[in-house]
Amino acid sequence: MLEATDRPAIDARPAGLLDAGPVADRFVEKQVLMDRQAIDRALRRIAHEIAERNGGLEGVRLVGIRTRGVDIARRLQSLLAGTEGAEPPLGELDIALYRDDALSGLRLPEVRPTRMPFDVEGTTIVLVDDVLYTGRTVRAAIDAIMDFGRPRSIQLAALVDRGHRELPIRADYVGRTVETRRDQSVLVRLDERDGVEKVAIREPAEGRDGG
Amino acid sequence: MAAEATGERPAFPHRHLLGIEGLSRRDVDLILDTAEALRDISQRRIKKVQTLRGRMVVNAFFEASTRTRVSFEIAEKRLSADSVNIQTTGSAMQKGETLLDTLQNIEAMRPDMVVIRHWCSGAPQFLARHLRSAVINAGDGQHEHPTQALLDALTIRQAKGRLDGLRVAICGDIAHSRVARSNALLLRLCGVEVRVFGPRTMLPRGVAEALGVNVARTFEEAVEGSDVVMMLRIQKERQGADMFPSEREYARRFGLTPAALERAAPDAIVMHPGPMNRGVEIDPVVADGDRSVILDQVENGVAVRMAVLYLLSGPHDAIE
Repeated sequence: MLEATDRPAIDARPAGLLDAGPVADRFVEKQVLMDRQAIDRALRRIAHEIAERNGGLEGVRLVGIRTRGVDIARRLQSLLAGTEGAEPPLGELDIALYRDDALSGLRLPEVRPTRMPFDVEGTTIVLVDDVLYTGRTVRAAIDAIMDFGRPRSIQLAALVDRGHRELPIRADYVGRTVETRRDQSVLVRLDERDGVEKVAIREPAEGRDGG
Repeated sequence: MAAEATGERPAFPHRHLLGIEGLSRRDVDLILDTAEALRDISQRRIKKVQTLRGRMVVNAFFEASTRTRVSFEIAEKRLSADSVNIQTTGSAMQKGETLLDTLQNIEAMRPDMVVIRHWCSGAPQFLARHLRSAVINAGDGQHEHPTQALLDALTIRQAKGRLDGLRVAICGDIAHSRVARSNALLLRLCGVEVRVFGPRTMLPRGVAEALGVNVARTFEEAVEGSDVVMMLRIQKERQGADMFPSEREYARRFGLTPAALERAAPDAIVMHPGPMNRGVEIDPVVADGDRSVILDQVENGVAVRMAVLYLLSGPHDAIE
């Protein structure tokens, strides 16, 4: 968890951290992994790989996982429009109803709208998220998509892969792979939502027990 | 994370939904926003999510009701909850006994949630005090019908884009209507100007003060300039013959006709909680007209009940 998405992280562990107060009080930034230029380069490469691997954009649909996955999917959409001359349709997925910890967790996630403005039947879905961690979010997202129909295939794009998978899930497109410890968090900040553009690693502040 | 990043709202801070009374504006907005997000499930090809899998809901209906019960049942199925129905229409003589006995039986089934409709005001509160489950009031006596008021508010918000500053007329049997009471409470909470009107025998004394609404002197005055005209059902089964003269007389003086609707705002919408007495409180032309959002109310009923079931399924740290 603490992946700095504003989805209450599905991967909450240790659970006690969740309600321990604002993250800002407990975590300090250790290292900036990607700056504006690095993020931009990574997304351009991913866009290129999506088009290359699928032989164009025929039947390709982008589906962002709320919240920053949607922002990243939008950027990929416009990058692809620039290089391929066509915008792949974009869906927005809220996974609150599909979380495996929704009813056992410490807080009930807020349900926000899911928008799937196309028929998923027979399409190639590219799921987009900011940070890939345990894989539980992706598992939930796959379940959510399957409830709309049967895509031909589902691929996964993540800006950052920080390891520690708990499920047999891997990304097809990765901006940056980084080794992390479980007690660290990966913070993604994007212009359109945060007014800042960076990916950083944070860790528990010295002298605090982190909850 | 979450809370820090966007100020995400906390889980619903109540263990039960017993009435609109006791809810904050924030609670109402959370329910309506959640319902809005859940609405699309009903439009999918696979109209079901697994969210409440393994949760058990008992629908205990001690008063005849088809649409509310079916609406709750559909909401439960859409969320994959297991549900069972208990229906009894016990006589007044047995009431204390019946409710207590039934309570024990319900408890023994270990439900996570109990949806209760009862002819006796306060029955859901009574249950909430004694059951470990979350209790949802699906209408109690002449007291409250919170999910109806919530689905009405959602319907108004969809049609008008807001609640604050609107003018809503509620017309008909105000005295016997828990729908009127819950609606008035909720709409006032959301900054709506509420005018009520009905036959003198159906307008309880002191209603203006009790609910914070204005009592119109005539039907015309109630409807005049309204953004929403909400007609209530004349509950023939609930009152003696002396409450109003005849159906024809009622329709003439208190029924919503196309002519009466002319006085409302040009884009006013017409609502009715159903089931309608066509030709009595509402003219069929109005009920089926393009101003009518009556079927939207039915659709929103499922979404609002899904939202309430979802929000009450969460962890409860205390409160209430």
